[in-house]
Amino acid sequence: MSPKTDSLQGSLDLLVLKILSRRPRLHGYAIMAAIQGISAEVLRVEEGSLYPALHRMEECGWIRAEWITKENGRRARVYELTTGGKRQLGMEESRWKAVAAAVNRVLREA
Amino acid sequence: MSTWRKVTNLFRSKQLNDEIDEELQSHLDEALAEGRDPDEARRAFGSPLRHREASRNVRLITWLDALRADAVFGLRQLRKTKITSLAAVLSLALAIGSCMAAFRLIDAVLLRPLPVANADHLYEVSRHGVFNNQSFTYDAWSYPSFQTMRAAVKDQAELLAVSNTGPEDLTYKSDLEMERAQVQYVCGWMFPTFGLRPKLGRLLSESDNLQPGAHPYAVLSQGYWEHRFGEDPRIVGRTFRMGARVYEIVGVVDGEFTGTEPGTMVDIFVPVMMHPGVSANDWSWHRTLAIPKPGAALEPLRSKLEAVSRAFEEQRMNGATASLPKEQRDAFLNQQVLLEPAVSGASQFRTDTRRPLTILGVLVVLVLLIACANVANLMTAQASSRARELALRVSIGGGRWRLVQLVLVQSACLAVLAAALGALLAWWAAPFVVGMINPPDNPARLLLPTDWRVLDFGLAIALAVTLLFGLLPALRASTVNPVAALKGGEDPRARRRLMDGLIGVQVAFCFLVLFVAGLFVTTFERLSHESTGFSADGVLVVETVTKQAQPLGYWNQLLDQLRHREGIEAVGMSDAPLLGGGNWNNFISVDGLPPNGVIAYMRRVSPGWIDALKIPLLDGRDFLPEDSQPGSALVNQAFANAYFNGKSPVGRTFEIVFSGNFRLRFKTVGLVGDVRYQELRQPLVPQVYVPFRILREKGEVEDVGGADLVVRTTSSNPLALSQFLRDEIPHIRPEFRVSRILTQLEINQSQSVRERLLATLAVFFSVVALLLAGVGLYGVLHYYVLQRRREIGIRIAVGARIANIARIVAVDAFIALVAGSAVGLTLGIASARFMASLIYQVKATNPPMLIVPTLVLTVVAILAAIPAVIRASRIDPASMLRVE
Repeated sequence: MSPKTDSLQGSLDLLVLKILSRRPRLHGYAIMAAIQGISAEVLRVEEGSLYPALHRMEECGWIRAEWITKENGRRARVYELTTGGKRQLGMEESRWKAVAAAVNRVLREA
Repeated sequence: MSTWRKVTNLFRSKQLNDEIDEELQSHLDEALAEGRDPDEARRAFGSPLRHREASRNVRLITWLDALRADAVFGLRQLRKTKITSLAAVLSLALAIGSCMAAFRLIDAVLLRPLPVANADHLYEVSRHGVFNNQSFTYDAWSYPSFQTMRAAVKDQAELLAVSNTGPEDLTYKSDLEMERAQVQYVCGWMFPTFGLRPKLGRLLSESDNLQPGAHPYAVLSQGYWEHRFGEDPRIVGRTFRMGARVYEIVGVVDGEFTGTEPGTMVDIFVPVMMHPGVSANDWSWHRTLAIPKPGAALEPLRSKLEAVSRAFEEQRMNGATASLPKEQRDAFLNQQVLLEPAVSGASQFRTDTRRPLTILGVLVVLVLLIACANVANLMTAQASSRARELALRVSIGGGRWRLVQLVLVQSACLAVLAAALGALLAWWAAPFVVGMINPPDNPARLLLPTDWRVLDFGLAIALAVTLLFGLLPALRASTVNPVAALKGGEDPRARRRLMDGLIGVQVAFCFLVLFVAGLFVTTFERLSHESTGFSADGVLVVETVTKQAQPLGYWNQLLDQLRHREGIEAVGMSDAPLLGGGNWNNFISVDGLPPNGVIAYMRRVSPGWIDALKIPLLDGRDFLPEDSQPGSALVNQAFANAYFNGKSPVGRTFEIVFSGNFRLRFKTVGLVGDVRYQELRQPLVPQVYVPFRILREKGEVEDVGGADLVVRTTSSNPLALSQFLRDEIPHIRPEFRVSRILTQLEINQSQSVRERLLATLAVFFSVVALLLAGVGLYGVLHYYVLQRRREIGIRIAVGARIANIARIVAVDAFIALVAGSAVGLTLGIASARFMASLIYQVKATNPPMLIVPTLVLTVVAILAAIPAVIRASRIDPASMLRVE
C-alpha cells in the first residue's frame, strides 16, 4: 500500500524544491513523476493537489514559472528554482534532517 | 508574485481561471500521453474544481475579489433603478461638491500652513482691550515698539515685523507706464528665519535692516517673477520706482511663499526700513509675528511682551493722555497682549472671513446630512424590494457581515460616483465664490490648488457619507429574517419608523438652513438700505497722485477746470473716500478743558466736497479756499452732540489734541449732516473736517502729494467718464496722474460684500435643502402608498373619502415634520449667538424669522405629499384585489 498524501504533509515543499534544484524547468506532471519514480512509488501525491502547492510556492517567491511550447506542440507551464528557493531548500533540508534524526533516536532508544 | 500582481489578477479573473485550467488539463494530457487509463488518471488527479479554487485563492486577494464582485453587482443594481440612482447621485454630488468647495476655501484661508520652515510655531502678537465700552482687538504695531519688544524677548522668541500688504503704484520704465503690484514691507531677518532660499540672487537679511530709508532693495515672489517677467533670468539688478524712491531687485524667492497674509499674494518684498513710518512711535502699521525658541513656554513670553508694550505706551502717552480721565487712561494702558497661533499666517481677510466661512462650512455639512438622510431613505426603500434576494442569500449561507458588505459596497459605489461629480462642481465653485467675496479695489487672491489635501478630503467625505447613509440600511438589511421575507413580507412598520425618523432629521436641518438664510438675507437687506448720509449716485472717486508733492494752488486749479467740463456736476477732494479709507482719530478739547474721552474722526476735505457728496449743510458755511489748518473746521451733528450738548457749535472753537499733547486750535465754520465714516455697521461717529491748506510755522502752505477727487457726474453710468478723466487730468497739469478710479457706489457696496455673499449662499443652500427634503418626503410617501395599496384599496372599497386617505398616507410624515421643525427651531435659536457678530439689526427671536421657515417647509411638505395622496386615492379596489 502506498501512503496517503497526508503523510507527505509538510514535506511536499521539500521534495519539489529538491527535485527542481537537480533538474530545472520541469512541468507539474514531470515533478510528480520524479517524486514517484525516485521514491520507488512509495511517496504518492494526489496528483491535482500538487498544483495549489506549486502556486503557493510561486507566490512565496521560491520558484518561478513560465509557459513554453513543447516539441509536440503542446503548451506546458515549467518551473525553476529562484535564489529565494535555494535558501528555502537549505532550510527545509536541515529541518528535515533534524526531525529525521530525532525520530530515529526515539526509535532506537525507546 | 507581488501584492501588486495579486491586485491586478483581480481584474483578469477570467484569464486566471483559464490559465489554471490549462495547466491542470496539460497534466491530464501528459498522463494520457504516457498511456495511463483515463479513468484512473482522473481519479488520481482529484477534483479539478477544488484544485482550481485552491490555486485561485493563493493567486489573488480573496476578500478583495469578493469586494470586486460586490462592486460589480452594486453597480448593476444601481443601473437597474436608473432614476432613483440618478437622483441619489445628483443630490449627493451637489452636497459633496459644496462641501469640497467650502473645504478648498476654508483650507486656503484658515488651515493650509504657510510654506515656511516653522509654520507650526508661528504666532501672531496682537492687543485686546476695552475702550468706551467697546471691546476690540488690534493687530497693528509701531516699529519702535516692536524693536523694544524684540530686544526684550530675544532669548525666548524671534519676532518678525510684516506690514499689511497693499497695492502700490510703481514703474519699471517711464512714469507713463505705471502698474500696480502687491507690496509687503518685511523685516530683513524674516527670510532666513523662515528658512527660505533664493531662486535667483539673494534674499533680504538682517543687514537690510539697519537704517531708515537706506536699503532700497526688493525681492520678488516666484509667482510674480514668472507671470510678470516670464522667468527672466536677468531680473537681478533691474530697478523700479515706487513713490519717490528707486529700488533695486536683488533676488527672487524660491518656492510658493507669497507673504504671510492669506487672501493676498505678495509680488514684491521690501525692507521695513523703507516704510515712511518706521521711526514714528505713533504710527501703527505692521503686524508682529513670533516664533518661540524650542522649549520656550508661551505664557511667560506673552506676559513679557505685555509688560514691555505697556511700558512703551506709558512712556509714549505721557504727554497726551496725562490730562485724560484716569479710567480712560487705564483702559488704554490695560490692553492685554494676545499670542495666537498663526500656522496659516494672519491677515484682515482671514479675520473677516473666518466666521462667515465657518458658517458656510456648517451650512454645507447640514446640506450633506440632508442629502445623506435622503439617500438613506432611498436605499431603505430599495432594500425592502430586495428583501427576498437578501433572504435567499442568507438561506444559502451568506453571512450577516457579507450582507452588510454587499449593501455598503453598493452605497460606496454611489458615494464615489457622487464624489467624482462633486469634485467637478467644487473645482468650478471655489474660485467663483472667491470672486464674489472680492471687493473691487483690492481683490483677494487665493491659492486654490487641487492637490492631495483636497483629494484626501474628498475621499474622506465619500467614506463618511457611505457610512452615514449606507450603514443603517445595511444593518437593517442584514437582519433580514429569511422565513418571514420569503413568505411574503416582514413587519413594514420598523422600516417605516426608520424612514420617518430620517424625514424628521432632514426637516430639522432644513429648518436650520432656512432660518440662517432668513437671518442673513434680512441682514443684507437692512445693511444695503442703511442710510449713509450722503449720495453716492453718479459719484466717481478718482485717486490722483503726483511724482513730487505739488502746491495746493495747482490742485485747486485742477478742481476748478474739471468743474467746468461737460458731464461733471460738482468736484471736491478729500484725503480718503468715505467708507473706503483708513481711520484717523484724535481727542478733542473744548474751552481748554481736558478731553472728555470721546474720540473724533478726521478727514481732510476741500471746498465743494460736501456739495459733491450732497451732504446737507445744517448751519454756517462750507470751506472757502482761504480756510486753513489750524484755523477752520467743519463738524458733524454727532460732534455737536458729543462736545456741545447738541447745540450748533458754529462760531465756537475747540482744540484737536494730537500725540504728545500737541494741540491745534480750530474755529467751527459749519455744521454738516452725519455720514458713515469707515464702516456701514458703525454708529454715526463725531467727525471733524479740516482743510487741505496746512500752514507751516512760518506761514507757508504745505504741498500735497495725492488726494481722492470726488467727481459728481450727470450721467447714470459715471464710469463712462473715467477714460476722459484719465486723459484730461495729466492734460491739465502734466505732474498729475490718475492712479485708479472707483465709483462711490462700488465702495459702498464693498461694505456689504460679506453679507451679500452669505445671503446668496444661504439662499442657494436653502433651495437645495428644500429640494432634497421635498424629494425625500415624496419618496417616502410614494413608497408608503405602494406598500399599503392593498389596505387603501379595501378602505376605498368600503367608502373611505380622500381626506381619510390623505390622513392614512401622510399623518406619520407630518408628525415627523412638526417634530423636526421644533428641533430645528431650537437649534437655530441656540446657534444665533455664534452668528451675532454677522447679523445686523435683526434678532433670531423676531417672529418673522421663525414663521417664514415654518410656512415654507409646510408648503413644500404639502406639495411633496399631493402626488402620493392622489395616487392613493386613484387606487382601483377592484383591480388591486384582483392582482393580489
